[in-house]
This record gives sequence, C-alpha cells and structure tokens, in this order.
Amino acid sequence: MELFFQQLTNGLAVGGIYALIALGYTMVYGVMKLINFAHGDLFTIGAFLGLTLLTAMGLTDTLGPVLGILVLALMVMGLVAIIGVILERVAYKPLRKADRLAAVVSALGASIFFQNAVMLIYGARFRVYPHDILPKVAVNILGLEIPLIRIIILSTSLLLMAGLYFFVQKTKTGTAIRAAAIDQGAAKLMGINVNGVISIVFLIGPALGGAAGVMVGMYYGQVNFTMGWMYGLKAFIAAILGGIGNIPGAMLGGLLLGVIEAMGAAYLSIAWKDAIAFVVLILILIVRPTGLLGERVAEKV
Amino acid sequence: MYLCFAVFVLAMAFGPSFLNPYWVDVLNNIGIYAILALSLNFILGHAGMFHMGHAAFFAVGAYVTAILNTMYHIPIVWLMPLSGIAAALFAAIVARPIIHLRGDYLLIVTIGIVEIVRIALVNDIFGVTGGANGIFGIGRPEFFGMKIRRPHQFYYYIWIFLGISVLLFRMLENSRFGRALNCIKEDELAAEGCGINTAHYKLIAFVLGAFWAGMVGNIYASKMMIISPESFSFWESVLYFTIVILGGSGSIPGVILGAFLIVGLPEVFRQFASARMLIFGAAMVIMMIFRPSGILPPLPRTYKLAKENRGGSES
Repeated sequence: MELFFQQLTNGLAVGGIYALIALGYTMVYGVMKLINFAHGDLFTIGAFLGLTLLTAMGLTDTLGPVLGILVLALMVMGLVAIIGVILERVAYKPLRKADRLAAVVSALGASIFFQNAVMLIYGARFRVYPHDILPKVAVNILGLEIPLIRIIILSTSLLLMAGLYFFVQKTKTGTAIRAAAIDQGAAKLMGINVNGVISIVFLIGPALGGAAGVMVGMYYGQVNFTMGWMYGLKAFIAAILGGIGNIPGAMLGGLLLGVIEAMGAAYLSIAWKDAIAFVVLILILIVRPTGLLGERVAEKV
Repeated sequence: MYLCFAVFVLAMAFGPSFLNPYWVDVLNNIGIYAILALSLNFILGHAGMFHMGHAAFFAVGAYVTAILNTMYHIPIVWLMPLSGIAAALFAAIVARPIIHLRGDYLLIVTIGIVEIVRIALVNDIFGVTGGANGIFGIGRPEFFGMKIRRPHQFYYYIWIFLGISVLLFRMLENSRFGRALNCIKEDELAAEGCGINTAHYKLIAFVLGAFWAGMVGNIYASKMMIISPESFSFWESVLYFTIVILGGSGSIPGVILGAFLIVGLPEVFRQFASARMLIFGAAMVIMMIFRPSGILPPLPRTYKLAKENRGGSES
C-alpha cells in the first residue's frame, strides 16, 4: 500500500506538469485547430532558461529560496511567453488560410529549430539543475513520507490552473477566447479581435509550459534538449484524454495520465512506461473519441 | 514536360558513374526516401489521411527481412514480398479500429503506433529484435548469381525500384480506385453519398502504402546490413511526411523533388555540421510560408467528357 500511495503522489506531481503543458496545446487547438508541435520545445526552453537564471544570476542566493523561485518562475514564464508570441507571428500567422498540413509541417520545422537552438547553446548532454535550492525534506501526511518538492509542484500547478480557469471563465478576455474557440468568424462579427485572442493564447500557453519546464528541472534535477518531445506528446495525449479544446479537460487528463503512467510503471513494467500513454490514447480514441469531458460535436459539412 | 522528364531519367541513369561512392550513397538514400514518400503520398496525398506513422511499417518490413535472413538464411530477394506482406498485415490489424478517425486524431494515433513499435523493438519483443542494439549481419541481395554490394550497384537496384514505384502509383492514381480516393479526400460525406464505401477504400489505400513501405524496409535492411530501433523513430516518419507536404502532396514529381531537398540538402550543408539542423528547421518553416501547397503541387485534374454528352441538354 505504501508503494501505491508513493506512486499516486508521484503520478499527481508529474500529472500536474503534464496538465500545465496540455493547457497550452488545448487552448491553441481550441482556437486555431492546430497541433502546435513546437509547444513541447517551448517547455524545454523554459527548463533551460530556468537553469541559466538559477546558476548565472544566482536568484535563490540573493533572494532566498521561496522568493527566488517565485521570481525565477515569473521571469521564465515571461520570456517563454514572448518566444511563443514570436513563434505564432512568424510560423503560424502566414499560414492561417493555407492547408492545415502546411501549418503542421511549419510547426514541426519550428520544433526542429528550437530543439537545435537549445542544443547549440547548451550542448547535447544532460544538464544538471542545482540540487540545493529546496531543502530535501519529506512531509509526513497520515503516516506517509512525501517529498516536499512533490507537494510544491502539485500545489503550484493546481494554483496556476485555477488561475487560468478563473481568467477564462470570468474575465472579458476569457470570454473572447471561448467565443473564438467556438466560431472564429462569428466572434469576428461580434467585434472580437481574433488576432488579439490568438496572441493571448500564445502568451498564456507557453508561459504555463515554461513554468512546467522549471518544475521538471527541479523535480528530476536534470534537463536535456530532446526532453520536450516526449513531454509534449504526452501532454497532447492528456489534452485528448480530457477532451481537446476543453480547459478543465486538459487539467483532468494531465493528472489522470500522470497517475496511470506512474501506476503502470510500478505494477506493470518500467521498460514499457512510455508506451502506456500511447495505449491510453488509442483506447480513448476508440471508446470515446471526444475525450472524457468533451461533448460530441456534429461533423461540419 | 516530357523533355524535362527525359533529361531527368538520362541524368539519373548515367550521372552516378561520374560521382564518388559517398554521393552515390546519398543518392541511394534519396531514392529510398523517395519510394517511402511515394507510398505515404498514396495515403496522405490521395486518400487524404493524416498518417504520420509510416516508419512503423518500414520497420516491420526491415525487421522481418533481418530476422528471417539472419536466423533462417532465406535469400534477401525472396524476403522482399514477404516483408511487404508482413507490413501490410500489421497495417490491416492496426488500421481497422482507427480508420474512421479524422484529421488530427488520426495523426496523433499514428504517432502513437510508431512510438509503440519503437518501444517494442527496444524492449526486444518476442526475443528476436535484438533490443536497442538491433540486428546485424544481414545479407546482400543477389540476382542470377550477381551480388549487389557496392553503392553503384545499389544505386541501380534502388532507382529501378523507384521507377517501378512511380509507374505503379501513377497507374493507381489514374485508376477507378485512385479517383475514388480523391473523391474521399475532397469530401468524405459526399463520397459516401455517391455510394463509395469510404472505410473500405481508405483501409485498402493504407494497407497498400504499408505493403510498399515494407518492401522498402527489405531494401534498406540489406543495404545497411544492420538495423536498430532508432532508425525507425518518430522523426523518420516526420521526414517522409515533410517530403510529401513540402514537395507537393498528391504530386509524384513533387514528392521526388521533395526527397532531393529534404535528404539531399542537409548533406550539401554537412560542413556546417552543428548548425545544419537549425537551418533545416527554419527552412521548413520558410518554405511552407512561401509555398504552403508544396513546391510542385499536382496539376488540377481535368476529366474529358465523352463527345456525345457535351452540352447534351440543348440538343
């Protein structure tokens, strides 16, 4: 039972990270019907920017661990958001009217570009995050020793998700995003600045992805220029699992996928861990193609 | 148009005699990718199915050849149809439950298939794939006692196979079957309404493309003599996909040109070894922005009506 709960908390922490990345996929897909294959690499960029800011600027030494990490996260989120907006302007905006596959290839090109840019700047080897930022303590909850970092990651991602949910549901900009996701043309007719909405989506998604990158760096202690690809794919699967285009769905899908994967790794086989997410994907698409929280949408004719 | 074609064929037939083995080998790779992209083009460009897992079928073909050749010493040439059939069977099994999925959903599932296949190969499934190290010591093809081993010999082997593939896919796209696929691509609901069994047609297109990819797997295995799971990763699939879309989806000359660009250009820029993939990624974005429908998109199809039908209602 001990193993079960350990894996559960581990799965929830990793799932929180998946969920944060998945939000970027699901929002872009919701508004633009585009799989942003470069999103996983924005996550990698976030992880590496976090590393630079930690080691070169020594944020945690001057500001103390709590404030330091907060400032670090905000800076990374801001920088990655800027890259995200530039990505949209350069690689996707000119292709908005073109065939959808052209945008897919453009996204793949951007992904290769980012991956190799990170490799050229930081090298191809694994880079190690400083491991003395957070005290290595475990919190005792109901007789269960849970590492502090898991609790921090899970609570931070839940906080960010709650913030996004509030933003999308309650604010005027959020309403505009939801309107553009339903029907861009109609939203334009109602006076919504669809280009502005897309820019905001490309600000929020990459910012959350960048935050997830820092979390992965702190959780696993090491980062690599290719890691965005697997995380990106799994986050996209999480988005489909929850129902693509659906924000609470992405959160649920991410957490669920993290737990399924952790349980699979513990009880089935660690060697097949990466295959579990894909099996989940195929099963969900066969059984319920719209995802857990998705509604059946009539096929457009 | 035909003159262009003739010059191209002549250049490809005699050109390699003036090239050193390295560049002939690059041409061999271009040929292999061109055949793979042609078989994917049939699925993606004609049937309109977003299929990004073609490397899985290529892998099945290559591994069937490698396993049967190294374990039972069956000659490579005999294994070619067998590899194709194995890949086609695998495609038929995996495609049946997912064939109804549309657009991006199919795209992401086929990525899942290629990743599962790769992980299965790494984990040494059934104990015959050799795990992460792969299989080595694969034999060479032999025709009438002539063994094909030097790059120049492989060149003719591969490019004659490419020629056969072009003829076959050209025949297929002009056939009743190919026209039905194009209807499905343009408007699946309307095609269904016209009495075309869309799921059936799409499945056949998928299996046929996989069959051809499996045969190329055979050529690849005997050319490399060693195969390992990393040769069949998702990024391989991305490459074929990019060749098709960037060259001009649905256009055979476009796909071959795409193979030259995607496989050949990084070789030309090999001296900028570290930055060349960066340039490659940027080039993909730029080319798509300027030619979103590919460099050589297919010509619009014209169907000639029979004479007596022309303007029939007035007379």
